[in-house]
Amino acid sequence: MATTQSGAAAAPTPMTVALKEAVMTAFLIFMLSFLMIGFETQATQGQPLSYTTRFAAIAWGIILVPLGRILMVYDRFGRPLPALFGGGLAFLYLFGGAVVALAFDILVIPFNDYFGPAAGAAGIPLPFADPIIDAIFGLGALYIVIQGVQTIRRRAHGELTLEAREAKEARGSQRAKQLSLVLGPALLGIALVLPFTPWGDRVMVETMTLILTYVMLGWGLNIVVGLAGLLDLGYVAFYAVGAYSYAKLAVDLDLSFWACLPLAGLFAAFFGVVLGFPVLRLRGDYLAIVTLGFGEMIRITLINWQEFTGGPNGISGIPRITFFGVPFDRSPEEGTESFHTLFGLEFDSMQRILFLYYVILILALITNFFTMRLRRLPIGRAWEALREDETACRALGINPTNTKLTAFAIGAMFAGFAGSFFSVRQGFVSPESFVFLESAIILAIVVLGGMGSQVGVALAAVLLIGLPEVMRELSLYRMLAFGAVMVLIMLWRPRGLLAHREPTILLHRGKARARTRKSEATA
Amino acid sequence: MSAAALAMADPDQVSLLKVDHLTMRFGGLLAIDDVSFVARQREITGIIGPNGAGKTTLFNCITGFYKPTVGRLTLYGDGRPAYLLEQMDGHMIGKKARVARTFQNIRLFAGMSVLENLMVAQHNKLMLASGMTVFGLFGLPGYRRAEREARDKAVHWLERVNLIDYADMSAGNLPYGGQRRLEIARAMCTDPVLLCLDEPAAGLNPRESGELNALLLSIRDEFGIGVLLIEHDMSVVMGISDHIVVLDYGRKISDGAPAEVQRDPAVIRAYLGEEEKE
Amino acid sequence: MEYFTQQLINGLTLGAIYGLIAIGYTMVYGIIGMINFAHGDVYMIGAFQAMIMFLICGALGLTWVPLVLALMLIVAVIFTAAYGWTVERIAYRPLRGSTRLAPLISAIGMSIVLSNFVQLAQGPRPKPIPPVIRGGFQIMESDAGFVVQLGYLQIVIILLTVGLMAIFAYLIAKTPLGRAQRACEQDMKMASLLGVNVDRTISQTFVMGAALAAVAGMMVTLYWGVNDFFMGFVAGIKAFTAAVLGGIGSLPGAMLGGLLIGIIEAMWSAYFTTEYKDVAAFGILVLVLIFRPTGLLGRPEIEKV
Repeated sequence: MATTQSGAAAAPTPMTVALKEAVMTAFLIFMLSFLMIGFETQATQGQPLSYTTRFAAIAWGIILVPLGRILMVYDRFGRPLPALFGGGLAFLYLFGGAVVALAFDILVIPFNDYFGPAAGAAGIPLPFADPIIDAIFGLGALYIVIQGVQTIRRRAHGELTLEAREAKEARGSQRAKQLSLVLGPALLGIALVLPFTPWGDRVMVETMTLILTYVMLGWGLNIVVGLAGLLDLGYVAFYAVGAYSYAKLAVDLDLSFWACLPLAGLFAAFFGVVLGFPVLRLRGDYLAIVTLGFGEMIRITLINWQEFTGGPNGISGIPRITFFGVPFDRSPEEGTESFHTLFGLEFDSMQRILFLYYVILILALITNFFTMRLRRLPIGRAWEALREDETACRALGINPTNTKLTAFAIGAMFAGFAGSFFSVRQGFVSPESFVFLESAIILAIVVLGGMGSQVGVALAAVLLIGLPEVMRELSLYRMLAFGAVMVLIMLWRPRGLLAHREPTILLHRGKARARTRKSEATA
Repeated sequence: MSAAALAMADPDQVSLLKVDHLTMRFGGLLAIDDVSFVARQREITGIIGPNGAGKTTLFNCITGFYKPTVGRLTLYGDGRPAYLLEQMDGHMIGKKARVARTFQNIRLFAGMSVLENLMVAQHNKLMLASGMTVFGLFGLPGYRRAEREARDKAVHWLERVNLIDYADMSAGNLPYGGQRRLEIARAMCTDPVLLCLDEPAAGLNPRESGELNALLLSIRDEFGIGVLLIEHDMSVVMGISDHIVVLDYGRKISDGAPAEVQRDPAVIRAYLGEEEKE
Repeated sequence: MEYFTQQLINGLTLGAIYGLIAIGYTMVYGIIGMINFAHGDVYMIGAFQAMIMFLICGALGLTWVPLVLALMLIVAVIFTAAYGWTVERIAYRPLRGSTRLAPLISAIGMSIVLSNFVQLAQGPRPKPIPPVIRGGFQIMESDAGFVVQLGYLQIVIILLTVGLMAIFAYLIAKTPLGRAQRACEQDMKMASLLGVNVDRTISQTFVMGAALAAVAGMMVTLYWGVNDFFMGFVAGIKAFTAAVLGGIGSLPGAMLGGLLIGIIEAMWSAYFTTEYKDVAAFGILVLVLIFRPTGLLGRPEIEKV
């Protein structure tokens, strides 16, 4: 918190400030936790609601957080040593202890009940019964240490002037550019070969398939949000349209995946136009809330339109993917081929999974290629111009509604493709897969990646989808961590991880050309 | 009075924009009150008046950002139909009637490069050439040629406004004077028949505003288009305008050649206040 | 007719609750121009804290209903206000003056954090509590024997809402705090140059919004008698719809919008189908934004070029 300007009368000493802020922090922690954490309500069937208390946890919170606060105040006054040592010790003890306790727990105690007194089991006295909470406090301590390190570094290099800060920003953008250049091919390379490496087991490939689905969705939404600057909070609606299109077409009309894929994209684009047309005139935040409304309306319709969508139970028994018409069955029907008989292979269920993986990889790459291409075309430039200044666009004779509508429709089309892939992979669709949270996740991927940055989107998808998959064991904390990561990345880098924009057309390649041109011009 | 007289005096000069009884009302506020004047081709028409006289509102009516409450705005052109601007959608005025404008508070696409700003200005032409994106997607030669031409045109204008070295820089990072010039170049890239400039010299130093004068005169002479110019800097307005319209409290108080206007007692009153009171 | 009257009463009650939440949205939008996405979850937390206070009262053996209600109200308001303050401090203040999307994303993140925090701390199951205030007046009776009832609880809810609205109208119109808020709404930079503490004013706005959301949460706890960690989302969306419907930035508008949404929802459920009642609310939102983007009581905006 910014120090309150109490005037120059009495220069506050670190001690008084620290005490004051510690008391305030303690009070705040008490306010936040007393009811919500101190009392755990328990709803048991057939009995009135009751509660148990957890005051010990609150007490620890009220002790530890203000202590951290004191360290930070001293750090702010240019005394980083307490932060370094105190924070470091706390981090090592809390985080280390938690890791040991968790490891002990997972190894020793049966898998699913490690929310018991694991710390005790490992013999380490930790403040909180749940080692994950201890670990979170440990990470807080780590943050304090980092603050201390930064203070020391600042002291070594001096305070940043405005120019220096601008230069630093420019360097950051440059670094993002270089990183994108390296990271893009690297990620692509990993994606291509991963299934054939020792790590490419079934779980890994399935996780990667999921990540790639979100990468594709992210790239699709990037057209709408990143390029055209339209905030769409209902993107999942188009994903749902694609998924249900394939499910209905395949189940009722017996069409194959490859026939349905373009149709699903078309349907979704059509929905994009129909939904977008009346509302694209709206200002940013209003558009966001209307698209959110559309997303929810489509979901509610899916739940309630029993005859067509199967209601809450969804549609099951959706035909599996085929190798361009050749199924991946273990024992094909008489007179037909199956994938493994066609290629003279042993039957292996991995074949289908690998095929699905490469299908989504290629779909995602097509999305990327298409987007990159569009960006360099007049329509793409108009999208970006519209994002920058709609009024100026109108003055230049650009039709804002049509331009936005194309962005909306093309974005929706890719969601439709991804949706039909989703339903062919699952073999089952239900409204539960298309809740608002999905839209929020896709949007988070786009924004966290750095709007408009294709590599950034891929990186953010790996972080946001991959990490929770890996952390599945900590399932209870997964969504909490997810939300926290969204907030923290925004605080840390409000423009996204790899925020960098490359012009779509360059006049000078490098400075040498610029100079020759200049001499030409003057000559 | 003088409008008709001038038009007759110089037969080369054809009227381009005719403003008839234009009135714009915001709730109870009468921003423009029954203003009529004519702007001609190959002329710079200066629009002056104290703050709040309704100059920018006039521009907003001409360029379709506001729908006038009453009145008619007719844009004539050689060999093309006359357009009734008050009946057209904002973007169609730029696209079909080819009226371009700049803004008082510069409105560039700040995050895009200088060159991209000029490419966006040629959107409609390029969009057609790219077959509404389809041809462009496959990189067909027709589109590639159109893009090259657009680029050459952008380069031409960058050289003219002296920004060629900054072509690949973000427009938002240009110095202020550069941003003003870029906005004019961007407007010119749309091939306008009427260019509306809203205080282009605001915030420029004397050298820069001298350059601006030269640029505007060369635009007028070379392209034969009409220029509407809102400006407070009298050295600019009086120096280069062929014809001046003076607004005060939404009403036209004077209209004529710069020398005439400078002598007009109504103008002097508006700028210096009532003297009879003393 | 009797049935209609009953639905009108139910709708007004529901609408009062939405209206109280909507005020939080409208105030925050008015002052910093962003959708406080976590507001629905703050309301949910308010409901939980009121519920926990109710349980504590039970454990302490307090049975006198007015006292229990007063305690629930005060405790929920105070403790929830702390959440409102914290959300602003952590997720929004550091992003002020950043890109337009950044605070929205962090708001969505905050909303996810809050609902999952409650899920972790209080468990995922719905929490039922017994009704506190039963009974009511019988206003009308139809020939078929249908009785129109105005519950005591409904009266409490509506009276409380009216009272709070009056207090708020006074706060905004007459106190220095309200003046500072209105100044920040007009022009934040200018207000800070004139000595208004902008940070504090914004914090106060969030605190006030959270306090009203807590009141709404307490009412809903009493009215429906069941809370779960996910209740904030839909209520939040509907309340935002109400704020937009009434004209965002306008306090009476928020209340009017809330009442309208409540009535429409009650009528829709009564005469059409309950399944699509949420669609009705969203449909209205879309229609309002298309045909009257400034809402019913909002000021029209003149585009400055």
